[in-house]
Amino acid sequence: MAELTYRDAVAAGIAQEMRRDENVVFLGEDIGAAGGVFKATVGLFEEFGPKRVRDTPISEQAILGAAMGAAMTGLKPIAEIMFSDFLAVCWDIVANEIAKTRYMTDGQITLPLVIRTANGAGSRFGAQHSQSVENWAMMIPGIKVIAPAFPADVKGLIAAAVRDPDPVIIFEQKSLYAFKGEVPDGEHVEEIGKAKVLRHGTDCTIVALALMVHRALAAAEILEREHGISCTVVDVRSLVPLDTVTILAEVAKTGRLVTIEENPRLCGWGAEIASIVADEIFWDLDGPIIRITTPHIPLPSADLLEDNTIPSVERVVREIREKID
Amino acid sequence: MTMDKSKPMTLGHDIRLELYRQQLELRYCEKRAYDLFLQNLIKGTSHLSLGQEAIAAGFGVAMRPDDWTFCTYRGHAHTLARGASMEGVLGELMGRQCGLLGGKGGSMHLTDVTKGAMGSYAIIGAHLPVAAGAAWSAQYRGTEQVAVCFFGDGTTNIGAFHEALNFSVIWKLPVIFVCENNLYMEYTPISSVTAVEHPAADRASAYGLEKIVVDGNDADEVYRTAVQYMERARKGGGPALIECMTYRHSGHSRADPGKYRPEGELDRWLERDPIKIYRERLLGLGIVEATLSDLEKESMRKVDVATETAKASPVPSVDDIETNVWADGSAAWRN
Repeated sequence: MAELTYRDAVAAGIAQEMRRDENVVFLGEDIGAAGGVFKATVGLFEEFGPKRVRDTPISEQAILGAAMGAAMTGLKPIAEIMFSDFLAVCWDIVANEIAKTRYMTDGQITLPLVIRTANGAGSRFGAQHSQSVENWAMMIPGIKVIAPAFPADVKGLIAAAVRDPDPVIIFEQKSLYAFKGEVPDGEHVEEIGKAKVLRHGTDCTIVALALMVHRALAAAEILEREHGISCTVVDVRSLVPLDTVTILAEVAKTGRLVTIEENPRLCGWGAEIASIVADEIFWDLDGPIIRITTPHIPLPSADLLEDNTIPSVERVVREIREKID
Repeated sequence: MTMDKSKPMTLGHDIRLELYRQQLELRYCEKRAYDLFLQNLIKGTSHLSLGQEAIAAGFGVAMRPDDWTFCTYRGHAHTLARGASMEGVLGELMGRQCGLLGGKGGSMHLTDVTKGAMGSYAIIGAHLPVAAGAAWSAQYRGTEQVAVCFFGDGTTNIGAFHEALNFSVIWKLPVIFVCENNLYMEYTPISSVTAVEHPAADRASAYGLEKIVVDGNDADEVYRTAVQYMERARKGGGPALIECMTYRHSGHSRADPGKYRPEGELDRWLERDPIKIYRERLLGLGIVEATLSDLEKESMRKVDVATETAKASPVPSVDDIETNVWADGSAAWRN
């Protein structure tokens, strides 16, 4: 086990796959010589050279379109979209082209490509560089959607995404890039589509994603220690495919579901999970489902405003205490 | 690299007869598609290439079997020109099991990967960067394959056109962008919504490319241009942007009778019908009438057989609806 930052785990995951398979190529803005604006791809250009690690112009449609064309003709591209907000300028390529092509061609074209993007708030960047947009992707049939919370998952899920024959979009939480964690030595590959139970409790099951997993764990600690409320914490990790087996089992055990979502309120992934839980294990529930989300607003920039917008540990503790006690 | 344009490539009779046969098949098949619409055997929409066959034929004949075609929703001709089965195309239009896409794609998404027809794309501009990506793959693997990307004049005013051109030039990719300028962006004259006279070619200089405008109704000229720039791209000379002047004989789509066109314009272009002028040229070159009429009969027979085969094919099974989203054949989004 080595301790790596979340950002170093990105580079480690990409490097592991590029060493293994020469058809893996990497493209995006400032990813090569500059090592990425978040320094998450440092060292790749030096190790693999400009043929495989290619800096692009600010042309998101060209980046993802090229990744798609390369994927359908034998390469396994990893494309970076610097901020997930920028997906909006190339959403046609994601939603209409990459996601739909396999189905529309009845399986003639398969697209083994990976889109990586920095997602989420916490950096005071304002409404166009801070959104959590994983729900945009979750709504589109034909693309897998993952969002790791820990460095080991970053490395292992990037590896799995590269090896996956289908398109995968990875939402990396930008405020986690400096977070350190243990990463297994040697080749490390995780399975896409598996949630992970990080803490076992008896009173409620908190289901969270990315940065919110860390807040859930911190809140669970306080709730247990100070308020005698025992929480299970499930890291969803993968929105598509969704590990409903684990989620339903863990919710059934405690009888309560709490989702913690960084996204704005409407149509958040938690609503889908709430719907599945209500449909399938309603009689195992002991009380209403609780969704803790960002309000349905564009994100503000100032410290105080941003901190009071996305769900905080204090807010999670408060809402669970009020509704579960 | 400069081209010697003083000595045009000589075309043998075999190439010319192939170009003629190809144009005939595309013409007859598109006309058949129109008839099948009128019989309500084809649903949805359809964008015919009637009048534009010389472009699909010229490139189709010039391409290597392992080259790639990327085209738009006006893609029946380009798909057929790569050798995709005609019953597969008509079957897809009619929503039959024998369709190229098993009924999942329809008229606007015809694809036959086995023939290098890498898809018909129905969102304007989207496939230009995709074609660039395929060209990148060829360049990366050193295969000397070329990607050819067809689009209409309307595409030149969308962002992806410009992104793809710049991207392809800076990476020196083996991709040929072919603008089929049929003078109309759907129902609107392209000249009334574009800053320059030649919507594609006049933008070429912005990307360091040569201005190329060819007669898109002349299959020989299209073929020669295709060979010239594809060979250059194969040898590492980078992309080209070729504007082919042409005219569609029918409206934009099934719903459009094309009444916005000034009186006499269609008639003038019908005089320049690519198949009519090509036939006259072949006769002038000494190819006998019987050879041409045999080709015509043979092409019509091929369309008839394909039509009957497609009509006889069963409709797809509802069991196929939730299949082939993922590489494992499933549509599963949860466990």
